[in-house]
Amino acid sequence: MTYTVRKFDAVVVGAGGAGLRAALQLSESGLKTAVLTKVFPTRSHTVAAQGGVAASLGNSEEDNWHWHMYDTIKGSDWLGDQDAIEFMCRQANQAVVELEHYGMPFDRVDNGKIYQRPFGGHMSNFGEKPVRRSCAAADRTGHAMLHALYQRNIKVNTQFFVEWQALDLIRDADGEVLGVVAMDMETSEVVAFHAKATIFATGGAGRVYYSSTNAFINTGDGLGMAARAGIPLEDMEFWQFHPTGVAGAGVLITEGVRGEGGILRNADGERFMERYAPNAKDLASRDVVSRSMLTEINEGRGAGPYKDYVYLDLTHLDPQVILKRLPSIHEIGIQFAGVDCLKEYIPVVPTCHYQMGGIPTNRFGQVVVTKGNDLSSPVPGFYAAGECACASVHGANRLGTNSLLDLLVFGKSSGEAAVASIRENVKAHKPLPVDAIEKSLARLDRLNTQKGGSNVHETRVLMQRTMQKHAGVFRFSQLLKEGVDKILEVAQAVARTEIQDKSKVFNTARIEALELDNLIEVAKATMISAEARKESRGAHVRDDAHDTPETPDGRDDQNWLKHTLWHRDGNRLDYKPVQMKPLSVATIELKKRTY
Amino acid sequence: MPEDRHVRLGRLRWQCRRALLELDLLFERFWQRYGDTIDLQDEAALGQLLALDDYDLWALVSGTQKIDDPQLIQMIERIRNEFVPLDHERMSDNFYFNATT
Repeated sequence: MTYTVRKFDAVVVGAGGAGLRAALQLSESGLKTAVLTKVFPTRSHTVAAQGGVAASLGNSEEDNWHWHMYDTIKGSDWLGDQDAIEFMCRQANQAVVELEHYGMPFDRVDNGKIYQRPFGGHMSNFGEKPVRRSCAAADRTGHAMLHALYQRNIKVNTQFFVEWQALDLIRDADGEVLGVVAMDMETSEVVAFHAKATIFATGGAGRVYYSSTNAFINTGDGLGMAARAGIPLEDMEFWQFHPTGVAGAGVLITEGVRGEGGILRNADGERFMERYAPNAKDLASRDVVSRSMLTEINEGRGAGPYKDYVYLDLTHLDPQVILKRLPSIHEIGIQFAGVDCLKEYIPVVPTCHYQMGGIPTNRFGQVVVTKGNDLSSPVPGFYAAGECACASVHGANRLGTNSLLDLLVFGKSSGEAAVASIRENVKAHKPLPVDAIEKSLARLDRLNTQKGGSNVHETRVLMQRTMQKHAGVFRFSQLLKEGVDKILEVAQAVARTEIQDKSKVFNTARIEALELDNLIEVAKATMISAEARKESRGAHVRDDAHDTPETPDGRDDQNWLKHTLWHRDGNRLDYKPVQMKPLSVATIELKKRTY
Repeated sequence: MPEDRHVRLGRLRWQCRRALLELDLLFERFWQRYGDTIDLQDEAALGQLLALDDYDLWALVSGTQKIDDPQLIQMIERIRNEFVPLDHERMSDNFYFNATT
């Protein structure tokens, strides 16, 4: 059959921070570059990142990349690859300075240098005391970053395809990636984007959980496409839960609220964090606070008619401080929780926030798979960066402000690697396989003709509830086992979703069904990987992983210091070792993670 | 020829997919209530609001910033009215938590 083919040197899927940074590298190198995006670039979820971007500039006090590297490895609970982490931390200063040159309006100190503030887990002198490492543009760092990168891309003629839904990766019989199939939402036309390099920067899949801080667009499209094309997904059992999402809505209440003196209380009004973290109390690390909250709830001290949330108390703070420093929190309390936080407690629950795993890559953003004895063999023509990728720099737990750094550094390195590959190796476009778009058309056709199928919304909610209950903040052996069966059942329902609206123009029902096809791959990968990992590490905490001298806090380095790889085909798992050798310095040796 | 209403509404509806969850939640409920009754004036007002950056739009909707245009004020009020405080029904089966019971 005939179809439209658009040829580019490179095609980037996703226009958040990672996609825009990658596209900039490609376009500035003179390559003809397309960016496909579901929504207008400056409405990507990077906008929601408020905290800042980590870089050891040392503008306010002594700092260096080696300390940042140590913190990141410790934060990752030693699951992060030490070569990629060294690379990221060494690149950080340059990444921030480049952004400044692109017009990013960073906050500044009196001498004109970029202002830096402290952030959880970032310390000086190998864990000694907190250090000011986060560079921010007020509380709109991600937003300002996207605008700076987008404007810069416009200048260098990056071609944007806005409101296009990527459907499937084009991979030929040799395993090479030759582009992506995408659909124009305005017309439903399906087009093959034929490229010498394809870069996925599609963001995370936080909508896989019912309670999520993520915007609706975060449906793991890149992960679904990669999985369907036979690429494994790495370390998908690791999800970060933010302690304070508004109960019932998921809307995030920033950590800054507790920084200003906010206190968590149980139904009895007790400040329970004093029992779990006597020193840091309400400001202990995210995973510690989240688990403490859930322990309170699970032991019957939750608040509300169903005892299923706790309270965030700001009522003792000066109202002027709240209204001046935290104005949006006051509004969020009123509008999403129905409470005036000057007088009442805000109901909060731990809420899915960030995906540590993703499409496996090396530090150059090249997607890697196992090939014979080579455990990290690059897939020709395929790159990934940002939350959809797993470099792996966050390992089992990400530090705040390292996500914006990740997307800048690996957005750029993936762009650089693609430029080098195109210049040195790929002189011409390799012909598309004859069935390049067949699988995508078959999926669309199935959706258009399905009768007596399952409802998209109901099936998505079922998936989200299953994930929340069976693979949430705490993981229980029995619930995980049941969760695997349940999520595979949900997957069967996803395979037979039906839509009533068959129209071709901005058919949101069709888009949501296609997004669910991607989310379910993430759900399966998460549940199956989590069930199999019989230890506690970082964000993955199991009831049957006991604290012993050999397995401190349930972490079992002897058996589980390795990356999970989930393969869609047969839901098969295999593993590869963590890269413990950095590029130029000594290994940061394993030890118990305490703060 | 003017674009078909179905097309225009489809585009507006898609453009309600935002960067911030706060706005997604509001617009989801807005469409559930007003999807069938939106007229041309509403379309114009909504189109203007959706062209704003998310934080600017949130500032208007949350009331921390004001504007003068009566059409936009009316539309903002309708979006604001979609704020739904904590919904206990939604939480009733304790699905947030993986309690062992």
